[in-house]
Amino acid sequence: MKGMLLSASLLCLCAGVAHAAQTTLTIESWRNDDIKIWRETIIPAFEKANPDIHVVFSPSAPTEYNAVLDAKLKAGTAGDLITCRPFDKSLELYKAKQLISLNTLPGLQNFDAVAKAAWSTDDSKTTFCVPMASVIHGFLYDKKAFAELGISVPKTEAAFLAALDKIKASGKYVPLVMGTKDQWESATMGYQNIGPTAWSGETGRKGLISGKAQYNKGGFLTAFNSLAKWRPYLAPGYQALAYPDAQNMFAQGRGAIYPAGSWDIGTFRQMNPTLDLGAFAPYTIGTNKCVIDDHPDIGMGINAASKNQAAAKTFLSWVASDAFAQIYANALPGFFLANVKYTLKDPVAQEFVKWRTQCGKSFRSSYQILSRNANPNNENDLWNASSQLLNGTLTPQAAADMVQKNLASWYAPQKGK
Amino acid sequence: MSVSSTQSLSSARRTRRRPFPLHIVVFLAPALLIYTVVMIYPILASLWLSLNHTVNGVNTFVGVSNYQRLLGTELYVQPLMNALKNNLIFFVIHMLVQNPVGMLLAVLLTMKLRGTTVYRTILFTPTVMSVVVVGFAWKLILNPAWGVQRSLLTPLHLQSLDLPWLGLASSALATLSLISVWQNVGIPMLLFLAALVRIPEELYEAARLDGAGAWTVFRYIQLPLILPTVGIVSVLTFVGNFNAFDLIYAVQGAIAGPNFASDILGTLFYRTFFGYQLQPGDPNMGAAVAGFMLVVILIGLLIYLVAWQRRITEVQF
Repeated sequence: MKGMLLSASLLCLCAGVAHAAQTTLTIESWRNDDIKIWRETIIPAFEKANPDIHVVFSPSAPTEYNAVLDAKLKAGTAGDLITCRPFDKSLELYKAKQLISLNTLPGLQNFDAVAKAAWSTDDSKTTFCVPMASVIHGFLYDKKAFAELGISVPKTEAAFLAALDKIKASGKYVPLVMGTKDQWESATMGYQNIGPTAWSGETGRKGLISGKAQYNKGGFLTAFNSLAKWRPYLAPGYQALAYPDAQNMFAQGRGAIYPAGSWDIGTFRQMNPTLDLGAFAPYTIGTNKCVIDDHPDIGMGINAASKNQAAAKTFLSWVASDAFAQIYANALPGFFLANVKYTLKDPVAQEFVKWRTQCGKSFRSSYQILSRNANPNNENDLWNASSQLLNGTLTPQAAADMVQKNLASWYAPQKGK
Repeated sequence: MSVSSTQSLSSARRTRRRPFPLHIVVFLAPALLIYTVVMIYPILASLWLSLNHTVNGVNTFVGVSNYQRLLGTELYVQPLMNALKNNLIFFVIHMLVQNPVGMLLAVLLTMKLRGTTVYRTILFTPTVMSVVVVGFAWKLILNPAWGVQRSLLTPLHLQSLDLPWLGLASSALATLSLISVWQNVGIPMLLFLAALVRIPEELYEAARLDGAGAWTVFRYIQLPLILPTVGIVSVLTFVGNFNAFDLIYAVQGAIAGPNFASDILGTLFYRTFFGYQLQPGDPNMGAAVAGFMLVVILIGLLIYLVAWQRRITEVQF
């Protein structure tokens, strides 16, 4: 009996020692929606390949994340891995020396400059978070409605408008399902969706930052002009239609085309699994080749105060790998990874990812640098201007002038332009 | 106790030198303490915040320069004046609709109609409901995609009124004001009712003997006697409206669209202080907006005290 007790306690001791040799990594995140996927799918896959590292996913509420993270970092109780919001918020953390540089991390070479931009310094020399997920803009459509009216997927602006005319004439469907009440859709699903094609993607976006391009000239003005053409095709009362209203309307099959972000795929799959969903890329405007918004949304970096930096780097290298991409992208359809070597099961998600090889790539023009320190900032200005344009209270030129004037009022490279 | 003994007791007290009324301090202390901690201190702290400027977590005292920025740069003064103007419209609609309707309902409730208590309860119900619920309910009613607005108006051949009321710059603010009136009309109604029931029955009797109708009774008896309450209700409306935030936030969000057509000082304060979406918050400038709101409310109160309350003396019965 005594011997048994001794061996049992020895066994416990051994287990304790073995446990101590294992490093535990904690992940800070705002994605509490994904907790099940992380605990049941992603982390077990990593731990299987790396048995000496134990990972804990510990998210907080999205709205509280910034405040919670700041408090934890100050108190020294933050986890080893920090989920990064895109652009300024994470840059702030890097500048405050709370995140480390990941330039030497194996796997980071899998990402291109556009994918890394959201988590790099302004001169793009240092990257401090691994890009995890991005969202792509484009159009969703009801395949049943298209078949019924004999419409094929539009590739040019003229074909797009002709399709809308045909849908409107049939009277059965709302041609274009989007509201302007919440304002952000006008800019995000409208202006930033079709715009990159008009302003040649990165050329235009970088031109704004350097001061070479303006919102009230060239491609940026063209995009406002193109957006204004959507107006006759929106649902009755679209001025008071909010984002969930538009989602519901399209999910119920009352509309034909829905200007979308890829994150909507999951929503529609849930809301109405019988909806026959199709997708097409932003149409070409004039002679410009299509450019998609492949917008960075989630990244992951290492807490500078972490005692387990080696293990954290091992984990992030794995996050940068195709193995992680394969698991993550299928668990969350519509949140894509920047490295392409994985296969998606959802056909609509596949369609979105395909555009990366067919079109140019950029991201929303107002997110890097231009929305810093100004009130109202460039992003909010675009929301307002695009909504007023669609509501018919501003002409394309006036909308463009307003955005440009506000940007030039504080952003040095644009001053006097 | 007889009358004479009460008199002698009070005269005896008057002649004796009174000790310091310690019990008053003891009784007041808890309320004073709580009020100082939760009201006076935050107001002073907020004012102090508005006189500072924070860079990388370091506070520097900058005097009134935040206020100079607020009132002197186009980027701030334009939205501030827009919010102030919208706030005035919001207040005027309440004064023109909520309070007269509240008074009318109160007068009707004093007439001994059948089911008065039921009406009173029904009319007061929206007031006790959460603003979030009220905002959500009206958003649904006015929803252009499936709100009941269309199905209510179509049978009445009023399709021309089936407009996106909350989505048009011309109608959003008025619509929100009327939703707020609908919710809050119970408060002036109850206050007026409380004042009306205090009017002695003899006055009505005398009026009736003289052959006065309902309008004459209202014009020459009820209205003059509830004038002090009119003043109180106006001031409550004023303070409430210039502090308003919740309904507009619940229905339109902090960007108070379209194009800031429903932006009032409360939502402007929220956006400036806490930030919104990509807009970073600026607690110092936000506190300056709050300071501006405090000044506006104080001016309003001062006008009330000087121009109204000094002229009206409450009728004592």
